[in-house]
Amino acid sequence: MKELLLGKLNWHALPHEWFTIGGAVAFIMMIVSAAAYLTYKKRWKWLWKEWLTSTDPKKIGIMYFIVGGFMLLRGGLDAIMIWLQQSLSSGSSHGYLTSDHFQQIFTAHGSIMVFFVAMALIFGLINYIVPLQIGARDLASPFMNTLGFWLYVAGVVMVNMFFLLGGEFSATGWLAVAPLSGKEFSPGVGVDYWIWSLQISGIGTTLGGINFIMTILKMRAKGMSLFKMPLFTWGSLLSMIMVVTVFPLLTITVSLLFFDRYLGTHFFTTTAGGNAMMYTNLIWMWGHPEVYILILPSFGIFSEIVSTFSRKSIAHYKSIVFGMSGVATIALLVWLHHFFTMGAGADVNSAFGVATMIIAIPTTALVFSWIATMYKGRIRFSLPMLWFLGFIAVFALGGISGVLLAIPPVDFQLHNSLFLVAHFHSTVIGGVLFGIFAGLNYWFPKMSGFRLNERIGRYAFWSWIIGFFMAFTPLYVLGLMGATRRLDHYDGSNGWQPFFIMAFFGGVIIMIGVVLQIVQIVASIMQRRRLVDATGDPWDGRTLEWSVTSPAPAYNFAVIPEATERDAFWSMKLRGLQKPHYENIHVPKNTGSGIYISIFAFLVGFGFVWEIIWLPILSIVGIIICLVLRTFNDKTEYVVSAKEVEKIEQSHADKVRSAPSGSDTNEEDMGLIEFIKAVLAWALGLVRRKR
Amino acid sequence: MTNPELSASVHHEEEASDRVMFGFWIYLMTDLLMFAVLFAVYAVLRGNTLGGPTGRDLFSSQLALSETIILLTSSFTCGIGMIAARSRQKNQTLLWFGITFLLGLVFLSLEIREFAELIRSGHTMQTNAFLSSFFVLVGTHGLHILSGLIWGVITLAFVLKRGLDKHMVRKLALLSLFWHFLDIVWIFIFTVVYLGAFT
Repeated sequence: MKELLLGKLNWHALPHEWFTIGGAVAFIMMIVSAAAYLTYKKRWKWLWKEWLTSTDPKKIGIMYFIVGGFMLLRGGLDAIMIWLQQSLSSGSSHGYLTSDHFQQIFTAHGSIMVFFVAMALIFGLINYIVPLQIGARDLASPFMNTLGFWLYVAGVVMVNMFFLLGGEFSATGWLAVAPLSGKEFSPGVGVDYWIWSLQISGIGTTLGGINFIMTILKMRAKGMSLFKMPLFTWGSLLSMIMVVTVFPLLTITVSLLFFDRYLGTHFFTTTAGGNAMMYTNLIWMWGHPEVYILILPSFGIFSEIVSTFSRKSIAHYKSIVFGMSGVATIALLVWLHHFFTMGAGADVNSAFGVATMIIAIPTTALVFSWIATMYKGRIRFSLPMLWFLGFIAVFALGGISGVLLAIPPVDFQLHNSLFLVAHFHSTVIGGVLFGIFAGLNYWFPKMSGFRLNERIGRYAFWSWIIGFFMAFTPLYVLGLMGATRRLDHYDGSNGWQPFFIMAFFGGVIIMIGVVLQIVQIVASIMQRRRLVDATGDPWDGRTLEWSVTSPAPAYNFAVIPEATERDAFWSMKLRGLQKPHYENIHVPKNTGSGIYISIFAFLVGFGFVWEIIWLPILSIVGIIICLVLRTFNDKTEYVVSAKEVEKIEQSHADKVRSAPSGSDTNEEDMGLIEFIKAVLAWALGLVRRKR
Repeated sequence: MTNPELSASVHHEEEASDRVMFGFWIYLMTDLLMFAVLFAVYAVLRGNTLGGPTGRDLFSSQLALSETIILLTSSFTCGIGMIAARSRQKNQTLLWFGITFLLGLVFLSLEIREFAELIRSGHTMQTNAFLSSFFVLVGTHGLHILSGLIWGVITLAFVLKRGLDKHMVRKLALLSLFWHFLDIVWIFIFTVVYLGAFT
C-alpha cells in the first residue's frame, strides 16, 4: 500500500549529507524570506497579476533573466568547487570532496550552465528584443510563450529537487553517457531527475522555437523583407530553426534512455543487443547543434552592437546573413567530431573532420565583416563594445583550438583532455556569455528605463577577461601535458598542481567579476534618476526597438512602423517622424494556464522519478483539462482603445520634454568606493531608524 | 465592411488563424523528426535478435495490411468530414468525423491485440533490442493515435455544443492535419517494419 502511494519515496530520501542539507537550508531560507517580504509588503497579488501570469514577452524576458541569473550563480559555485578540489587533490592529499560528490558537481555544472543558464538568458533577450525589432506588438502565441517559460521553471525546480528531497544528483556527465546512465550502473534517482528536468524544459524550448519562427516569419512590420531584418533577429530566427530541428531528437533520445531505465528495454544497454554508441551518436546530434543554437543569437547581438557603436550601418550585411546561415547548416552535420575515437573508420572521421573545419570559414567571414564595420567608423568604447572586443580575443582562441581538435589524429591525442575543456569554455564563455553580457549592457536601458553603471561595469569586464585567461590558459597546457577532464585526483609526480592552482585563482577572479556585475546592477538602480534614459534611444540606435519608449509600453508600438530600409529607425530619424494616427490595439490577457500546466508537468516527472504510478496519470489528465479549457476559451484578448493609446503616448512625450537630460549634470557614474559608502550609509540609516 | 474598426478586428483574427496553421505545420515537422529518430533506431537494432525470432516469424502480414487499410480509410472519411465542416454542415461533419473516430478505435484495438499476443507468447520489449525498438516505434505511433482520438472526442463534443463557427472549423482543420500526418507515418511503419520483415 505504502509503495503504491509513495513509490520509492521514503525517509532515507531526505537530505542527509552536508551539501544537500546546506542546499536545502539555503533554498528554504530563500523561499521563506521571499515569502515573508511579499507578505509584509502585501505584494502577492501584484506579483501574480503583473508578472507570473503575464503573457507580455517583455516581462517573460525579464523573468527568464532573473531565473537564469540565479542559476548562473549556482553553476558558478559548482565551477569554483571543481577547481578547488582539483587544486588540492594531488598526491597524498585527496581534497575535500569524495569522488562521487565530485562527479555530481561537474555533472550539475555542465547541465545547469547549458540548459538552465545559457538557454534562459538567450531566450530572455530574444523575448524582449525580437518583437520590438520587427515592429510586432506581441508574439504569435502569447500563451505558448508563458507555457514555455513555466516549463523551463519546472525544469529548474526539478534539477534542484535533490537538495530538498534528497536522493542524489546525476553523476554521469552533463550528457548522461550510456551505458553509465543505465539502471545497471546508476541505480539511484539522480539520472531520473536529470531526464525529467531536460524533458520538461526541452519541450518548453521546442514550443518557444515554434513560436518565434511564427513570429519572425509572419509578424514583421510592413516593408521589412527578410533582407531588411535586423541581424539579431536573423540570428534568433536561425537559432530557432535549429531548435525545432534538433530538440525533438533530444526529447526522443532521452525518452529512450528513460524506457531503458524504467521499462527495462534494451536501446543503450550492454546486454540483449543494446547499442551504447547509438546513444552517443543521438545525443550529440542534438548536443553539437545546441552550442550553435546558443551562439547564433550572440552573433546577432554583436552585429547590432558593432554597427551602433561604430555609427555605421553594418558592412557586408548579406555576407553576415549567409555566414550565419552557413554556420547553422554545417553545424547540423558535424556531430561525429565529438567521438572520433569511436572507431568509425578513416573515411567517416575525415569527412566529419573536414566539415568541422569548414565551419571556420563562414565564422571568419562574420568576424571580418565586424572588423570592416569598425573600419573608418566613429567608435565609442562603451561597455557593449568592450564585451565585443573581449569576445573577439577569447573566441579567436576558442576557434583556433577548435580547428585543431577537428583534425582526427590530433583529436585522438586530445580527446577528453582538459585541452578540450579549455576549448569549449573559450567558445561558450567568449561567444555566448560575453554576447549575453554585451546584449544586457546594450538593451538594459530599453528594459528598465535607465542605463547601467559604466565604471563598475568596466571593472567587471576586466575581472572577467583577466580571470578567464588565468583560469583557462593553464587548462590548455594541462591538456597538452595529458591531463584528462573530470579528474578528482591525480598523481603528484607529474607537476600538474601549480597549473591547477593557477586555474583556481583565475576562477576566483571570474567570481569577483560576477560579484562586480551584481554590484553594477545594484549601483545603477541606486543612481537610476541620473542614468535615466528618457528618450528611449540612449545609444543613438539604428533599429526599431529604439524608436519606442524605455521601457516599452505593453503594446510595444502605438503605430506599427513601416520599415523601408535596413536600419529602419536610423532612416526614420534622418527623415523626421510624422504625426501618428492611433488605432485600437488588441492585447492578450494574462493567463495562469501556463503555470498550472507546468505544475502538472513537474508532477508527471516527479512521479516517474520516484515511481509513484498514480501521480503521472492524474497529472496528465490535469494537463489535458487545462489545455481544453485554454483552447476553447475565445476571450483571450482585450482591446486598448485608440484614446487610451493616445493618452499614454502623450504622457510619455511630456515626460521626455520635462526630463533633465543626463549629460547636463556633472555627477559621474558611481565608482566602487562611493558604492560602498552609499551602502554603509543606507545600513547605518536603517539601524538609526530602528532606535 | 464599412466599419473600419470592425474590419481591422476581422483582419486581426484572420492573421492569427493563419499563424496558428503555420505553427501547427512546424509542430508536425518536429514530431516527424522524433519518428525519424525512432526509424533510425529501429534500422540499427532490427538485426539484434540474439538468435530469437525475427520480424518474419512474429508479425502477421494480414493484420498489418488490414490495419493499413483501416487507417487509410479513416483518413479518407476525415477528408470528407473536413469538406462538410468547411461548408458548415454540422450533422454531416459529426457523421464523418464520427466514422473516422470509430475506424481509429478499431485500428488501435487491433494494434493492442497484436501487442498483447506478442507479450503473451513471451516476446516483450525487454526480450532484446529488436523488440524494444519495434514496440517503441509502433507504440509511439499508437500513442499518437490515442491522443488523436481523445482530441477528436473533445472537439466533436464542442462542435455538438457550440456548432460550427470559424474557430471550430479551424480546430477541426488542425485535427485533420494531425490525422493525415499519422497516416503518413503509418505508411512508413508499414513499409519499413512490416514489409521490411517479409522481404
